[in-house]
Amino acid sequence: MTATIAAPAGRRLLRKGRPGAWFVWAAVAFFLLNLAALILSVVVNSFGTRWFDGWLPESFTTAWYAGAWDEFALGEVLSVTLQITLIVVALSLLIGVPAGYALARRDFPGKRVVMFLLLLPVLLPPITYGIPLATVLYKVHLAGTMTGVIAANLVPALPFVILVMTPFVEQIDTNVESAARMCGARTRQVFARVLVPLLLPGILAAGILVLVRTVAMFELTFLVADADSQTLIVALYSAAFTPGIRAAQAIDAMAVIYMALSALLLLVALMFVNPTQIVAQVREAPSE
Amino acid sequence: MAVEAPARPPKAPVPRRSGLRHRLAERGVDRVLFLLVPAVLVVGLLFVYPMLYGVGLSLQPKDGGGPLGNYTGFFRDSYERSTVWKTLRLAVPAALINVGASVPIAYRLRGRFRGRRLLTAALVLPVTLGTVLVADGLLRYLGPKGWFNRVLLDTGLADEPVRLIYNYWGVLFSLIITGFPFAFLLVLAYMSGIDPTLERAAATLGAGPWQRMRRIVLPLLAPGLATTFVLTFVLAFSVFPSATLVGEPAGETRVMAIAAYQAAFEKYDYSMASTIAVLMGVFELLVISVALLLRGRLYTGPATGGKGS
Repeated sequence: MTATIAAPAGRRLLRKGRPGAWFVWAAVAFFLLNLAALILSVVVNSFGTRWFDGWLPESFTTAWYAGAWDEFALGEVLSVTLQITLIVVALSLLIGVPAGYALARRDFPGKRVVMFLLLLPVLLPPITYGIPLATVLYKVHLAGTMTGVIAANLVPALPFVILVMTPFVEQIDTNVESAARMCGARTRQVFARVLVPLLLPGILAAGILVLVRTVAMFELTFLVADADSQTLIVALYSAAFTPGIRAAQAIDAMAVIYMALSALLLLVALMFVNPTQIVAQVREAPSE
Repeated sequence: MAVEAPARPPKAPVPRRSGLRHRLAERGVDRVLFLLVPAVLVVGLLFVYPMLYGVGLSLQPKDGGGPLGNYTGFFRDSYERSTVWKTLRLAVPAALINVGASVPIAYRLRGRFRGRRLLTAALVLPVTLGTVLVADGLLRYLGPKGWFNRVLLDTGLADEPVRLIYNYWGVLFSLIITGFPFAFLLVLAYMSGIDPTLERAAATLGAGPWQRMRRIVLPLLAPGLATTFVLTFVLAFSVFPSATLVGEPAGETRVMAIAAYQAAFEKYDYSMASTIAVLMGVFELLVISVALLLRGRLYTGPATGGKGS
């Protein structure tokens, strides 16, 4: 009822605020236009032969992709990226989901301290803890290995999973668990048969977000990795940081490959997750 | 929410032997907490220990000079000291712009209309681009031969290419491009949490659009905006790739992150690097606590209309 009455009223309100609305839409259009042009100039450049002057390169080629693939050993870099990301996702879910459960269901002395410690890695800039962490990892000879990179990436990923999962667990009625226990289920069974199926949307959401974040995480990987354990984003930075040595087009070809990977991940993520919903739930977690 | 330990009725007859366990369970300490142990171990080992180690390291300067030698050295050296100002000069405006621009856009986008999902997705897309890619794109797009300058030259808006990269502006743009979608997403979520009937009620009482915005929406949104500011500020504060790629890493945009990185991996002075890292954390938390302190003075409560709330 209210909806049918409200709809025309809402439209009228919109019409009244017209000049403001126009300005906002113009700003949005300007932002999106520049963004599209920015992305497009990288894409066009990666396909161009020579582009000194004029609106477009002189002619087009795909040679830069083959070149970049060989020169930057992208096959290997991609496989390392995927391995690191998947292991980080698996580990952070495996450790984070039970922890999120415990935090959601129990009120114990010192809970605030634990929550604060979990919030800090999310709030501090990665460089702040990345440099001491890299120092420690170099000392124990883990820096430059896949293990070291995975360990470093776990630091922001694990608290993130816990913060996302806690509100999800809170939404599940405790009676469901009690019922399962009454029927004789043990803790392991309660988790495997009751909680995990119910939490699956949350687990998927957290996993995908960690996946996206780990692929995009530059600072920590950069500080800890060496040539054999670097992810795509670090390889891209290294190439872009030493211009002149590499052709700009080859760097852009790599950038496009990175972009394609991210876009693919975003598409998959949007299929499973409603972005505003995730954020709204994350918001509630820290304010406990 | 009923998340308190359910009183565990099935275990009513507690044997005297397990009195301690029972009492602990009443305070929420039972075997469920074992699930927390791996996470606490990981965070302790990989975050708390390195942080404490870093603080300890920062108090043992390489060149001597007492435990606080590095800190006084940092503030005495004007080249190092200026990094604080350079970082804040980038991060604070970027965060303010991101939050400020998100409010009107999210306000227009919260209703239901055709293409809303698509537009939201387009605005959120740059989140996945990452700072490195955006920096690379800015070099192409805003460069002297890039499309942006070409448009300016061809339309006669400028006589010579405008210099927008390798300086402060390039870094600021990259921070806005990567930070805005994030801020927008958060603000949109907060905005959706405000009951539209409140505004409608105000409209029936004769409030114009501007008044509704200023008296109803903004006060309810303010705490969320403070949180958003904090989170985008954190993102902008750790600016590193864009400051080196599109900035002027030796001068105008030599931010604290660059100083810390150079100390660690170019001068191999891990003690000084830890000092700068610690100071980075301190300055960032300082700004955050000011923002959160201001937030504490704002109204926080239900943003829904209806009975008794």
